[in-house]
Amino acid sequence: MKYLCLIYDNEKNWMDASPEEQGKIFAAHQAVYEEATKRGQMAGGEGLQPSHNSTVLRVRDGKTVTTDGPFMELKEQLGGFYMFDCENLDQAMELAALIPEAKSGTIEIRPCMVYEGMDG
Amino acid sequence: MLNRALDRIVREESGRVMAALIGALGDFELAEDAFQDAVQAALEHWPRDGLPRAPGAWLTTTARRKAIDRTRRSAVARAKAPAFRDELLVEREGEGRPDEGDPWNEPLPDERLRLVFTCCHPALSMEARVALTLRTLGGLTTGEIARAFLVPEATMAQRLVRAKRKIKGARIPYRVPTGHELRERLDGVLAVIYLVFNEGYFASSTGPLIRRDLTAEALRLARILAQLLPDEPEALGLLALMLFHDSRAAARTTDGGQLVPLDEQDRSLWDQEEITRASALTERALRMKSVGPYQLQAAIAGVHAASSRAADTDWVEIALLYDLLYRTDPTDMVALNRVVAWANVKGPQVGLERLEARWIESMPEAYHLTRADFLRRLERWHEADAAYAAAAAVTDRDHVLDFIARRRASLQT
Repeated sequence: MKYLCLIYDNEKNWMDASPEEQGKIFAAHQAVYEEATKRGQMAGGEGLQPSHNSTVLRVRDGKTVTTDGPFMELKEQLGGFYMFDCENLDQAMELAALIPEAKSGTIEIRPCMVYEGMDG
Repeated sequence: MLNRALDRIVREESGRVMAALIGALGDFELAEDAFQDAVQAALEHWPRDGLPRAPGAWLTTTARRKAIDRTRRSAVARAKAPAFRDELLVEREGEGRPDEGDPWNEPLPDERLRLVFTCCHPALSMEARVALTLRTLGGLTTGEIARAFLVPEATMAQRLVRAKRKIKGARIPYRVPTGHELRERLDGVLAVIYLVFNEGYFASSTGPLIRRDLTAEALRLARILAQLLPDEPEALGLLALMLFHDSRAAARTTDGGQLVPLDEQDRSLWDQEEITRASALTERALRMKSVGPYQLQAAIAGVHAASSRAADTDWVEIALLYDLLYRTDPTDMVALNRVVAWANVKGPQVGLERLEARWIESMPEAYHLTRADFLRRLERWHEADAAYAAAAAVTDRDHVLDFIARRRASLQT
């Protein structure tokens, strides 16, 4: 089953970090990538640009309405994600605990929908 | 007569049968539905055919058959969905699992252990963990659990359904964690069991002071856990702690159901057999040299249990144990109890000075009650009365209000 791990953290943490600190965080993500790959559970992931670069879009009555994002003003912003393909939640939790932002922010683990071969 | 026997069997066997079913079916909800079907079938068959020799085996075998029926039905209903559970069953049975008609094949003890760890998984809310544990391992009905926690049955049913959906949807595994994870998860399991016990023993809301059904259930679960994990000192410590509490149950309330504080209890009513067992468990746990909060609390309860008169209590020992406990479990409640213990060594004035104002916010009832008691012992009657009034204003427990009323009447104002 695929688990989407959403990384929420105060993006100022990253923007205010020194180059050395940023390097450490980057290395920690590299380690997550390697560990998940080693376990055969890596299914994707990206870091996101700051939330002030986001655009919110809605289609209403056939008209596209866009506004300057983000969708919600939160203390912790969505800053990136991983997709892990694991047998169960415990395995996903193990990998999620390695994400460096878990120490300062929050990781939300969302199981993905399963469309075939399973009944509800 | 038979219904009562059935109730008892269902409750006693529930953990084992459910563990075996979930292990074989790999589906929490299906296992429970099938178990209910089996209980229904037992209600029909047993009065006619008599009690089977191995009722647990009968229930398991019948439930398995019912599960296959259910799966086939749903497979027919949703023709496009492959009947994967049928395949699963065939495959599992091919692995030498007990078949229909086989004698009761006791599942490995770790089947039940796995179930505990699933029910108490940290990804579930605490409320859901408690409900699921009582339902699945304890064999309590949804109605019984709802009544115990004073919520409408529909709410409890909803809570259980949501928990089971999450187990299935998010694939909360059915496994015993290993290594460092075991200790972490075990803490969560013990917390659930202790919460069930406390809900029964310290009845947090209005109602009877002790709900024996909940305390008995918590003790039973803790006994199972201590049997399954004999090398985990905290599992033994929790069982010991609850046995110590339980040993005082008869002395803790008057015939009229009023609360009797520890120092006023008739100690001849304490259950010495339980105390002996609890003491032995505490010693065994402490010898493993991995001390934790439950063992320390058990040790503290053991000091009380060893004193035949309240005046003989070794408060220095208790205060020192609280110092240790505070180091492993630095919560406000432990800090408060530590102040109480030291006040019994050094006097109520010291206690009063060590009370921290921030506890008014975090635990108002305990704070005001403790402060009132110190003031009472210092014979500062008017202030004591005001403190009792403050405690009465923040509690919603009938027996505490009752206790406060009696204390206030005894003040020499």
